Amino acid sequence: MSIILNNISKKFGNFSALNNINLEIPEGELVALLGPSGCGKTTLLRIIAGLERPDSGQVLLKGEDKTHKDIRERGIGFVFQHYALFRHMTVFENIAFGLRVKPRKQRPNETEIKKKVHALLELVQLDWLHDRYPDQLSGGQRQRIALARALAVEPEVLLLDEPFGALDASVRKDLRQWLRHLHENLNVTSIFVTHDQEEAMEVASRVVVFNHGNLEQQGSPSEIYDNPVNEFVSRFIGDTNVITLEKHHTDWLQLSGLVIVPEAANSVHIRPHDLEITKSSSDSAATATLKDWQHLGALIRIELAKQGANGSPETLYAEMPNEQFKRLQLSKGDKVALRIRHAHWFDAA
Amino acid sequence: MNTHKLTKVAINDPVWVRYGLIAVSLATIGLFLLLPLVTIFIEAFAKGWQKYATELSDPNALAAIRLTLLVAFICVPLTTVFGVASAWAIARFEFRGKSLLTTLIDLPFSVSPVTAGLIFVLLFGAQGWFGEWLQDHNIKIIFATTGIVLATLFITCPFVARELIPLMQEMGSEEEEAALSLGASGWTMFWRVTLPNIKWGLLYGVVLCNARAMGEFGAVSVVSGHIQGLTNTLPLHVENTYNEYNAVGAFAAASLLTVLAVVTLVLKSFLEWKQQRT
Repeated sequence: MSIILNNISKKFGNFSALNNINLEIPEGELVALLGPSGCGKTTLLRIIAGLERPDSGQVLLKGEDKTHKDIRERGIGFVFQHYALFRHMTVFENIAFGLRVKPRKQRPNETEIKKKVHALLELVQLDWLHDRYPDQLSGGQRQRIALARALAVEPEVLLLDEPFGALDASVRKDLRQWLRHLHENLNVTSIFVTHDQEEAMEVASRVVVFNHGNLEQQGSPSEIYDNPVNEFVSRFIGDTNVITLEKHHTDWLQLSGLVIVPEAANSVHIRPHDLEITKSSSDSAATATLKDWQHLGALIRIELAKQGANGSPETLYAEMPNEQFKRLQLSKGDKVALRIRHAHWFDAA
Repeated sequence: MNTHKLTKVAINDPVWVRYGLIAVSLATIGLFLLLPLVTIFIEAFAKGWQKYATELSDPNALAAIRLTLLVAFICVPLTTVFGVASAWAIARFEFRGKSLLTTLIDLPFSVSPVTAGLIFVLLFGAQGWFGEWLQDHNIKIIFATTGIVLATLFITCPFVARELIPLMQEMGSEEEEAALSLGASGWTMFWRVTLPNIKWGLLYGVVLCNARAMGEFGAVSVVSGHIQGLTNTLPLHVENTYNEYNAVGAFAAASLLTVLAVVTLVLKSFLEWKQQRT
């Protein structure tokens, strides 16, 4: 089901949680609402669900205005951050709950409920846990049971609040992949909230970035990574070297291949992998000293020291594949020449 | 980590400190709690089983028991409904005057019961604010069961609410929201999700409330008028019979209240244990 948000605003007392949010989510997408904590992303999710009412604006589901409709009448499934499994019920009863509370006419009989619950348990690969209680499960298992419970009522939209937030790193990795595959199979429009940009980029087909209650940018993960529209998005998505033009000595930027074009811009962001280094013997403005490096698996992160405009040292980061770095045969203290392949210009306020 | 250290230090205390402290607590409990408790039963049975039974089957004693049960029967359900409703409001909603409400719920705990009784006399007594109007309409509140019920309600209304507020605040509302998102109505949510989660705390509050409703003396004493066989509850009956130099009668009635207390204590510990396990 498609989701359209028109001019949604929400305040909590004096704190403005969302400012005029306009967002359109086509059917079948897997969307991440991404932003630092307190940016309003969870509030927006709760507004879509009907757990929270916007101060102004509209929520259209499948083209119908559902702004003032109850959560029960929206056909959504919600997976809570801490799963909110019913602690006094077994896993089976948790998943069956949505079927059992249906109005008498639509309520399936006991055999159908059994069949459906076991089918869902198989979908989340946890059929063997059906008679356990929530407090006997691990975090990852609870997460999947919560998902099965939400899916039991066949929602047209699945909303997940920080679905991987409370999990161990290794479990989180597995579940991310699993959620992606699940979405491919079910093709239910799904929205999840996260503060982890890596998670958003890895799982979602579309990413919406929020900051201080404003929608900063939306697009596919690569669009957002390659073309951040503003300084916040650029800093928040991936690592970047930030160079402010007044503050830093900027001759080297031109020497390194950048032409300073934009007139309004006063800051340039260079992704570490867009900064190329080669061994150099001469000392020019476009050279730096190799300070240190760290292994990040397949990549090497290189720490470079440069003389700043006012004589104070500043640090730049570059990244390159392991093999390539070995071929350069660099050691600490070596002089290197810098070349900038690509950069983003922003007018930082 | 911290508690671990503390116990270790405590274990290292000299023997005489340990046994000294244990002896002091045991002696205090024995002298001031157990001894009087035993005395009640010794006095009640001082003239044998038969005298005990006769005293309790005395019409005035039976009337007092009946009235006590009636008052509890009315007050406990009302207090329970009030408790659940106010705990729900305080734990789930944000509204103006919330902290005032939370404070006011505790008022009966801090007001002397006699004062509470006097309030009702001032309001509904013959010389009270509504006295004339009530007399004109032939409604009797003071020196009648209604007054006793009102006074008991005033005294007992915090018990259930006090138990539930922290419990429901700690629980949060996620499970309830989950129930709603799965299509449950508010009513279904309450019966299937909220109530099972709070039931032990709720019962705990109900047990304490019942004990107080049956045992309340001060407030009830002021509004009841001590009419034998009519407006005497069990605690008032104890006082009456004692003042009439009927020691066996007084202690026999007191023994019933004591049994109630012991039953309450056992239930209370059981419920506490149950609540901790959930």
